[in-house]
Amino acid sequence: MTSPADFLPGIFSLPVYLMNQITLPEPMSETPLLEMRGISKSFPGVKALNDVNIALFPGRVTALIGENGAGKSTLVKILTGIYESDEGEVQVDGKPVVFANAQDAIDFGVTAIHQETVLFDELSVAENIFLGHAPKTRLGMVDWKAVNARALALLHSLESNIDPRVRLKDLSIAQRHLVAIARALSVDARIVIMDEPTAALSRKEVDDLFQIVKRLKAQGKAILFISHKFDEVYEIADHYAVFRDGKAVGSGALAGVGQDEIVKLMVGRSIEHAFPKVDIPLGETVLSVENYTHPTEFRDISFALRKGEIFGIYGLVGAGRSEICQSLFGVTKPSGGTLQLDGNEIVIGSPSDAIKAGIVYVPEERGRHGAVLQLPIYQNISLPSLTRTSRSGFLRAAEEFALARKYAERFDLRAAALSVPVGTLSGGNQQKVVIGKWLATQPKILILDEPTKGIDIGSKAAVHAFISELAGEGLSIIMVSSELPEVLGMSDRVLVMREGLSAGIFERSHLNAEILVRAATGNA
Amino acid sequence: MSAIPEKRLIPDRLGTSATRLFGSWEALLFAVAVLIFIANSLASPYFLNAWNLSDATFNFTEKAMVAFAMALLIISGEIDLSVAAIIALASTAMGAAAQAGIGTPGLVAIGIGVGVGCGVVNGILVAGLRLPSIVVTIGTMSLFRGIAYIVLGDKAYGGYPASFAYFGQGYVFWVFSFEFVLFAVLAIVFAVLLHATNFGRRVYAIGNNEFAARFSGIRVERIKFTLFLLTGLMSGIAAVCLTSRLGSTRPSIAQGWELEIVTMVVLGGVSILGGAGTIGGVVIAAFVMGLVTFGLGLLNVPGIVMSIFIGLLLIVTITLPVIIRQFRHRKPA
Ligand SMILES: Nc1ncnc2c1ncn2[C@@H]1O[C@H](COP(=O)(O)OP(=O)(O)OP(=O)(O)O)[C@@H](O)[C@H]1O
Ligand SMILES: [Mg+2]
Repeated sequence: MTSPADFLPGIFSLPVYLMNQITLPEPMSETPLLEMRGISKSFPGVKALNDVNIALFPGRVTALIGENGAGKSTLVKILTGIYESDEGEVQVDGKPVVFANAQDAIDFGVTAIHQETVLFDELSVAENIFLGHAPKTRLGMVDWKAVNARALALLHSLESNIDPRVRLKDLSIAQRHLVAIARALSVDARIVIMDEPTAALSRKEVDDLFQIVKRLKAQGKAILFISHKFDEVYEIADHYAVFRDGKAVGSGALAGVGQDEIVKLMVGRSIEHAFPKVDIPLGETVLSVENYTHPTEFRDISFALRKGEIFGIYGLVGAGRSEICQSLFGVTKPSGGTLQLDGNEIVIGSPSDAIKAGIVYVPEERGRHGAVLQLPIYQNISLPSLTRTSRSGFLRAAEEFALARKYAERFDLRAAALSVPVGTLSGGNQQKVVIGKWLATQPKILILDEPTKGIDIGSKAAVHAFISELAGEGLSIIMVSSELPEVLGMSDRVLVMREGLSAGIFERSHLNAEILVRAATGNA
Repeated sequence: MSAIPEKRLIPDRLGTSATRLFGSWEALLFAVAVLIFIANSLASPYFLNAWNLSDATFNFTEKAMVAFAMALLIISGEIDLSVAAIIALASTAMGAAAQAGIGTPGLVAIGIGVGVGCGVVNGILVAGLRLPSIVVTIGTMSLFRGIAYIVLGDKAYGGYPASFAYFGQGYVFWVFSFEFVLFAVLAIVFAVLLHATNFGRRVYAIGNNEFAARFSGIRVERIKFTLFLLTGLMSGIAAVCLTSRLGSTRPSIAQGWELEIVTMVVLGGVSILGGAGTIGGVVIAAFVMGLVTFGLGLLNVPGIVMSIFIGLLLIVTITLPVIIRQFRHRKPA
């Protein structure tokens, strides 16, 4: 096994223009680097994987596609030694291997960016990246100089200027995600798995990541790439594999295969995802934000939100988008600026104040802020609406189940039962619970922070339809999103933020992707 | 062009309520309770007697009252180690008041009032100033008992009015003591509070994920304050019962009870890390601990062995879930 010191320059020395021109021969004749055969895995009430076969080839990106709950992340966890499969076999270089624990998987050259990243809040960025495989001095002590230097190099390659010495808890969620990516790349692996690595990254960061993927490809590594975004899949992948309800239902070379065909494999029908946004006449101003300022995150942000409006906020990772929303919701205190609701000045000191005023916030971090993972689905959905589902303070389970069922059906939730803990759901299904939970509160102003993060194409259309419907009923919506099509397709106006400042507010009629990206990056 | 998607039905619950019940910690604990009951009746011919059994309940009723409130507190992710010291301080206050000639209603009010007051102190320090409860209540534990020692020294208060004896020595009906009836009523009250109200649901949410609870509009501090107040209240009530039963107050009264109360809560299946547990479990755990101490007492086992036993029980019940999780880790199915 080579040490990280050897591989670092290796990955990063090839000039980009050269790599883009490398074309490898069709891999059909090649032997797979990794092969999984007849893999099955069950959980109480669900068969997550059912006799699945999949092969990964050197120098190839295989896209794994499937609806929420199709079994993609379960496969990743088996490949990284987190779960043990009930049946089936994994082969590396044609030889059967057993991943009894996470270290085994690393030793066999498998590394992964997990969908729900597990990092340590109290450790520094560099420590998080190298935890468990830190470079050592000759005396066997951790070589902190090397740790910090390599962490810096890795983060640079991701075009990120995160300081490796800061504690993880001081980073935004998207920055933490970049750290998780750096951690996966810090292992000298031959097989790199990426489980929705681009969720909540904006176009710019996705481009940076794809540059790295191309470098890894050029080095002959096998890559498994999971995403619900088809434009990304077509941009980066050579092969595809489609899962449906835990079964592998199709695979092959991606070239020449249309999105429609893949969607049909995936859900068994076609889905037309036209953005259902309808232009409705906007009403009077509901919320006016003036010169809103935070000590560190944003400054002088002003906008007026009107009745029935969908107001988009776009920007790069770390531009201060989520922070604005959280201070509107009373989580963090602004240091300056005023807020007017229906013409009256208000101060929101806590989320419970905000909810009382009719403002709710669907947070970006579903596992940390959005849901109580240990509690059942129905209890999560009813949590902020308890005063409505209860009678004089006493719970009414039937009402809670009815509320949960309404949103579960609307968003096509996949779960064994409404009483299973949210933590046992797939990432996308957890997100559906979080959205349902907040929509159930019947607010006046709805703040959505990456609302469709990790949600599959079919359910995404359902969520968008629902949002449009709410706007049509006169609800005002603020929507932070890193997904350009979503911002462009859904918003009446878009505020673009750059490094905590407003880079302009754009009307729907003047919107296109180029304008937004240019405003967000500041490249004229 | 799109076909109608197949309708997927999600059931409300998995399995029947019977299968869920039998798989639970409470069911296991109940089986243990039955075994101990049988063992006791085989070991001692005096055990199976209505009055003896009634006597046995005094081993746990007072502690269990505090344990109910403590269960809610631990589920919310906090703990109160000052409960025994609150009992001592409340008892001392009642003793002093009795010396001053105050009657039974006044004594009860003073005992409960001191308990509530101590709970408010803990609540302000933890919920108001956001200090860690384990540190705060270790501090107030020394503080409250320290005051009792300063007031009493090596003396003891006695001379409680005759009517005051009812709370610890009186019987409501046949073999059912006042304490046992109070215990049963409080068990129901707390079970309803935790399992059937919005308040209880919020306690679970806070204990599992305080962030998400706050984001859901729950006023976390207010609920934590209320829980400390409730724990103080229950300690005050326990102080009334205990003082009435003993008929005197020494500053060492209820020494070490915080350990037994926490053990009872944890044995009842409440997670020491917060977020999970039931009042039913604590009720069964109270019986288990009461039966064991009573059984050991019948066999003339010395007190020190009992405290070793309590310590072991605490360690085993805390480690057991950890060990089980280790085994389950890779096979969550
Ligand atoms: N630890 C677990 N306990 C119980 N059920 C689980 C567990 N992990 C996964 N499942 C179930 O297995 C199924 C597959 O989940 P998985 O996370 O693999 O889906 P996914 O394809 O990654 O979906 P997504 O696109 O939403 O991330 C789901 O029905 C999920 O509820
Ligand atoms: Mg997943």
